[in-house]
Amino acid sequence: MSKLRLVLRELHRSETSLARDLLAVADRHRADHEIFHVARDVAGWSQEHVRRLAEAGRDHGVRLNPQPRWELPGVGGLARKAGEALARRPASGLLLLADLRRVHRKATGVSLDWELLAQAAQAMKQQPLVELAADCHPQTLRQMRWANAHLKVTSPQVIAS
Amino acid sequence: MQEPDRIAQPWGERTPHGRGEPWPARVDQHLADGVAPADVQRWARSASVLHSNGDAMDIAVADGRIAGVRGSADDRVNRGRLGPKDLYGWQANSSPDRLTRPLVRMGGRLVETDWDTAMGRVVAASKRLLGERGPSAIGFYTTGQLFLEEYYTLAAIARGAIGTNHLDGNTRLCTATAAAALKETFACDGQPGSFTDVDNADVIALFGHNAAETQPVLWMRILDRLAGANPPALVCVDPRETPVARAARESGGVHIAPLPGTNVALMNGLLHEVIANGWIDREYIDAHTVGFPELEERVRDYPPEHVARICRIEPEDVRAAARVLGRAERLLSTVLQGFYQSHQATAAAVQVNNLNLVRGMLGRPGCGILQMNGQPTAQNTRECGADGDLTGFRNWENDAHVADIARHWNVDQAQIPHMAPPTHAMQMFRYAEQGSIRMLWVSGTNPAVSMPELARIRRILSQRRLFLVVQDIFPSETAQLADVVLPAATWGEKTGCLTNADRTVHLSEKAVDPPGRARPDLDIFLDYARRMDFRDNDGHPFPQWHDAESAFDAWAACSAGRPCDYSGLSHARLRDAPSGIQWPCTAENPDGTERLYTDGRFWSAPEYCESYGRDLVTGAPLEETEYRALNPDAKAILKAAEHLPPHEPPGDEFPLVLTTGRTIYHFHTRTKTGRVPQLQAAAPEVWVECSAADAQRLGVADGDMAEVATPRGAIRARVRVGAIREGVLFVPFHYGYWDTTGSGPDGGPGRAANELTPTDWDPASKQPLFKTAAARLTRVAGAGSAVPAPRTPGDAGARPATTVGGAS
Repeated sequence: MSKLRLVLRELHRSETSLARDLLAVADRHRADHEIFHVARDVAGWSQEHVRRLAEAGRDHGVRLNPQPRWELPGVGGLARKAGEALARRPASGLLLLADLRRVHRKATGVSLDWELLAQAAQAMKQQPLVELAADCHPQTLRQMRWANAHLKVTSPQVIAS
Repeated sequence: MQEPDRIAQPWGERTPHGRGEPWPARVDQHLADGVAPADVQRWARSASVLHSNGDAMDIAVADGRIAGVRGSADDRVNRGRLGPKDLYGWQANSSPDRLTRPLVRMGGRLVETDWDTAMGRVVAASKRLLGERGPSAIGFYTTGQLFLEEYYTLAAIARGAIGTNHLDGNTRLCTATAAAALKETFACDGQPGSFTDVDNADVIALFGHNAAETQPVLWMRILDRLAGANPPALVCVDPRETPVARAARESGGVHIAPLPGTNVALMNGLLHEVIANGWIDREYIDAHTVGFPELEERVRDYPPEHVARICRIEPEDVRAAARVLGRAERLLSTVLQGFYQSHQATAAAVQVNNLNLVRGMLGRPGCGILQMNGQPTAQNTRECGADGDLTGFRNWENDAHVADIARHWNVDQAQIPHMAPPTHAMQMFRYAEQGSIRMLWVSGTNPAVSMPELARIRRILSQRRLFLVVQDIFPSETAQLADVVLPAATWGEKTGCLTNADRTVHLSEKAVDPPGRARPDLDIFLDYARRMDFRDNDGHPFPQWHDAESAFDAWAACSAGRPCDYSGLSHARLRDAPSGIQWPCTAENPDGTERLYTDGRFWSAPEYCESYGRDLVTGAPLEETEYRALNPDAKAILKAAEHLPPHEPPGDEFPLVLTTGRTIYHFHTRTKTGRVPQLQAAAPEVWVECSAADAQRLGVADGDMAEVATPRGAIRARVRVGAIREGVLFVPFHYGYWDTTGSGPDGGPGRAANELTPTDWDPASKQPLFKTAAARLTRVAGAGSAVPAPRTPGDAGARPATTVGGAS
């Protein structure tokens, strides 16, 4: 069981990190309104995943925080100020590309973690964990596709103009 | 012939028809004072450009001037009827403040000049930017009021000649979700139903569609059914107490007034009841759709009690509406801005498609879906690719489709941008804000009043680094910010075609000459192309066409084989036909097509479809492989969606929900209707509507001057205490500043509703959300004694119509 705990712990860590990152990206890109709103919408999925992972952790003897601090102290305000300072300059586009690229990498990591959990849960006949992964993993894939799609849409204008 | 007061009685008298019977003709006409029918020297064929219904009419010409209009009795759309804007709107053409000469900015002021000077500046700026920054520095923002030939030409110039991805229409604000919802469900744009479905339906469900005001002639058709034998029951979803809502209750149907921003929850609740009660057509679902198991599972989470809490309605409302919808034998569903401009726009509109599909009610008389349009020629913007689509409903992700366009235009395929979806208007304004779009050419629209968060829009349009070209017929708020203003001809002064919300194509003929040096939009675009010396692959001038008729023929050829097939149509054919004709229309099918999808077959094959669809929450486009796995056999797609809370819920500081909208008497930003005496007098000033309960709590009375505020700004408006659901405010969006302070509020209290609206859009359709903002209402002290706000038959809590006529 101890290795399953490891997987749960790692997944909880990576989902928490992804949620924080999405919220920070939203803050940095308030002037890119679709990024701002959708990043917050899909951060909600990660936050819910974290809550459900904490719940699952209880059944497996792992203590995981269902409501970790989502905004690191000071960082949100700084991100907002940086975003505001750049909002009307072309450089904000490059910053956005870098941010989306990082979100995509993080979400890919989370996706792999869900795969590990699903595989292990199947092997160990842990049906509740199989169902948890089946509920959550598709949303992680949607987060990845979102970051990827926005990179594709935004990059021509940012790089070519 | 009828010539009653269509301000006081906008829908006129009834000509009842029973279920399955043809709609009787009733010819409406209005001629200028002092002009008798015998004085009319010529009638020019046309159709309305002041809403999306496409009412066919003839324009009366006397002494070289437009002298009135007469509805076309033989036309399938209106059978002779005209709405108030149709009857009176033509007078705007002869307003004394029409733009008659080009203007250029000199020393901070706009001064009159000649065409060579004005176009010289546009060409010089274009060439400089193309040389220094490339095509992505240039953007085009057009309208939903030009003609098909003009959009096709603009699309060819922007995408084929310049090679920019930045071309969209203001149809983004009104119709984008109609197209998006059809693309999600059928993988292709194209209105499935027909207006004649009204004649055959036993239930008509209007979702966020105040047809009485937005499409008065279609509403006359429904009223005539309600007055005839075997009338239909109506279901109305609208937070306001509209004429549709009242008629729904009187018809034995249901009116549901959900809190704005909760449409997906409501639709999921209705689908939950329909499926749980077995009111579904299993055979149709199995044969013609994919995705039912996912939909069934999704809506299982939306029982009536849960939905009622989200929408703040009674659970019985959901059950009662579902009973009417579920037991309908012939269900017609229509959708408009209450869904399109609200939170989760596409997801909600798609659930309406799902409703008709699970009930197997599509492609038969009375069984239809009408995802309505807002702007009169929005359909053409979409078809021709002058919005965020490629020409002829072609798929930007499909290289063969792009190659097909390049072959028709005789340009290199690589010239046509298709590395990403065509840029939508909201993103274009963002690029302009960031400084990567340096020239914006606005034709026939007024973003300085119609876009959300106007302070931001004015700031973007006023930037020195942005070269702004405005092509219009009046010195609009936007034109006043321009570097170059190009005076255009309008409806009645040029020839071209337009297509309404049920695919009916009409020819609109030139009746009179444009004023001064004003020119048809088509001529302006072609003049620009010649001055830029655009060439095709054989060195011939591009575009290869030179007038409206040759542009139409080029378009008809380019549309052949696509869903919106015009190959059986021509100006001559449309001129000789007694009625407008619905596309697809081919040589084999010369009378057009009344309904799509009659055989349960769709245009959704992966290699043929216009779109692979998008994620309804994130907006991410699906890729070809994903789409092939989802829908290999060209079926309709049942797409499920979860309810998400609105992005700006009411709270302590802004406890109410603001929704914006329309009145029957005005179109868009009033540039035309505000210059028409009857229409302007009928609704002269902005107002704010609130419920009696909220008025009492806030200490405001009918006629008080009040401030409406949101986190973006504030406006002042007279209060109209009316039947709107508690917690919700309504402000019409038509009123700007051209007849008060210029291009903006000029430091004073504003009156444009879009000072208040947020910059937020549906991720799938990219349509801005004009109907979900948190707001507060405060009485303005010292505003003097309360003056009763004007009321009209279309408005909530209207007084009897007889007193209304006098008020104007």
